[in-house]
Amino acid sequence: MAENSSQEQGRLKVYLGYAAGVGKTFQMLADARELKQRGLDVVIGYLEPHGRKDTIIQAEGLELIPRRKIAYRGAAFEEMDLEAIVRRHPDVCVVDEFPHSNVPGSSRAKRWEDVLTLLDAGMDVLTTMNIQHLESLNDQVWQMTGVRVRETIPDWVMKQADEVVMVDLTPRALLNRLERGVVYPPEKARQALENFFRESTLVALRELALRQCAHEVEVRQVSPAESFSMDAVLTELETQVAPAPFAGNDRILVHLTEHPSTAMLIRRGRRVADYLQAECFAVYVSGDSDFAGLPSERREAIERHLNFARNLHLETHVLEGSNVVETLMAFARLHRVTQIFVARPQYSRWPAFFAMNRVHRIVAEARDMQVTIVAERRREPHA
Amino acid sequence: MANATLGRPDPDQLLRQLDAQKRQLSLERLKVFLGYASGVGKSFRMLDEGRRRRERGQDVVVGAVQPNMPPELERLIQAMEVIPLKKVGGGEAMDVETILARRPQVCLMDGAAYGNPPGSRNTKRWQDIMELVSHGIVAITSLNLQHIEERREVVKQITGHEAQETVPISFLYAANEIVIVDVPPELLLERAGGPGTADPALAETQRQLSALREQALLLTAEVVDRQLEDYLRAHGIEQLWGTQERILVVLTPGSNAEAMIASGRRNADRFHGELMVVYVRHPLLSRKDERELQEHLEAARQAGAQAEVLDGDDPVETLMDFASARRATQIFVGPRRRRHWWNSVVGGPIDRLIRAAEGMDVRVFPH
Repeated sequence: MAENSSQEQGRLKVYLGYAAGVGKTFQMLADARELKQRGLDVVIGYLEPHGRKDTIIQAEGLELIPRRKIAYRGAAFEEMDLEAIVRRHPDVCVVDEFPHSNVPGSSRAKRWEDVLTLLDAGMDVLTTMNIQHLESLNDQVWQMTGVRVRETIPDWVMKQADEVVMVDLTPRALLNRLERGVVYPPEKARQALENFFRESTLVALRELALRQCAHEVEVRQVSPAESFSMDAVLTELETQVAPAPFAGNDRILVHLTEHPSTAMLIRRGRRVADYLQAECFAVYVSGDSDFAGLPSERREAIERHLNFARNLHLETHVLEGSNVVETLMAFARLHRVTQIFVARPQYSRWPAFFAMNRVHRIVAEARDMQVTIVAERRREPHA
Repeated sequence: MANATLGRPDPDQLLRQLDAQKRQLSLERLKVFLGYASGVGKSFRMLDEGRRRRERGQDVVVGAVQPNMPPELERLIQAMEVIPLKKVGGGEAMDVETILARRPQVCLMDGAAYGNPPGSRNTKRWQDIMELVSHGIVAITSLNLQHIEERREVVKQITGHEAQETVPISFLYAANEIVIVDVPPELLLERAGGPGTADPALAETQRQLSALREQALLLTAEVVDRQLEDYLRAHGIEQLWGTQERILVVLTPGSNAEAMIASGRRNADRFHGELMVVYVRHPLLSRKDERELQEHLEAARQAGAQAEVLDGDDPVETLMDFASARRATQIFVGPRRRRHWWNSVVGGPIDRLIRAAEGMDVRVFPH
């Protein structure tokens, strides 16, 4: 459950799917109608029916808050009118497409920020998203689909949801719908069939969504202390072995560098930390020169990574020390870190020699910690 | 439906659609709507699918439904052709003979776990269903988690109750389609018309429902994973990535095997993934080493891991071949006591393993 400090915090419900056309919006609207019938004040804050007739029919009879027009580079864009919704203040607001990025010039960059604002103002929100938009799965999704998803939902935002519901449809049924032209117009459908909508890709994305949804259900079940005993029951049942005495005392440290693979490393560390209910630090150690003295290109890369880590709610630290490994280790021991995540050097390049040397030294120095060397995911089987 | 509102349909297109449907039907066998408790809406989804198929021109009958359906389901059923259950001894069973003689394209059946009365054609309804499937009828059915034989124990741990009538998990594997009907427990309780959530007994019910829901989602994921494997095999696709975490623990002489296996187990459980534990047989292993490794392997097997001994001239290559074939996502290794060939970091086996483990995480455990 989300930690509600104030009583009036609204409740968030996420309809999770694995592709366009599985019926997320339809299901959300059906529930919205049910809520309205029960006497709640329900409005549609934003809806993207994609011209689907069933969806449009489902929205009939629900009050629609007109979109706000925003001019950007000479074109008119339409976004959700957050201020109008806050003024109208319904009990429940329907907001389609949670991961959407607002056009520049909007008061907030992301729709999920709009949604958090609505929740803070005490409205309940129903929203939709596909699994491929979850930040920590970005690399895995790229590996499956070849698509680098840009509009993402940070995992901590997903955690704010009080309820995550899986909207399921078999890939075969989805492909049939696509062929019948229910999901997209014919030309777009043909394109879609060649990319995201290959059957094996859909099956894999569906499995990913089911597992994520199971995880979301699990973390919401009970408080961490109780969830341990629940786990123990299941673990004992399956393995007949007593689990480790304390769950949730892992502490993960992600070693940031300027290397581009750092983003992948941060996502991986975040994901493992979430599953192990571990604390997660992101640490950059500037070597010989201080941080400000770095060449601007390197400094910008590092700042970008620090920002990214902060956005995913990792606790970031910038340390100074001429010996990177020693400084990192001292920090790790002080913070009782149990696992260090480092990127696997790319062997084809000569600076890899130094990077590998660093990985070796971390492994050699971390006598009381586990060191996880994270490799970049690749898409094609190795020759 | 779509055509009715878009004006006159193009006859050629209509024919093509019917052809496509026929092809589609020939690929279908069994579709299962899986729920985690009664009241999630499985029967509704099943009947609604029947309605939509009828509208698309398929020949659909209802073979079995639960008694005392809510009015909205009754309405759906009334619009369809129902083949009534027949009396057998003191009870009722699905009328398989009549359905086979009627030969519909699609048959809808609730309660796959139902046990038929003595003297019936088959002892269980799921066997009736498989018989229809073997005659080329597309079967659509609904099932609750607690009725899966292989999940009976887990459900009992959660609820304290055990289902009497069960279906083997192979029934789910035989389905070409499985759909989870997912509804938050809260909604389920509201539909049941219970009191407010302040009631402690209700909180316990809610906790149980949540746990069942998680298990149902995981079971569906497992079935889907098998479908993916089948699909990849059938199409000769080599796919590196898995959607599931697969942890490979590599035991070496003197490595902290207990800690590594325990950690592997915990990580695999947390991720609901698979655990594999191996060691590589090697001429440099002493008899004592090998005996210890065997013992650890046995302990790992007891902990539910897939435990294997690998053979190969080159330990690292052997490991990597195994890791790739099993699509490991994480490899756990532990260095031996200091100053041992395995432990000499640069150019040693761990170094080579890290270099070779493309696309996989390598987790090195402390000395």
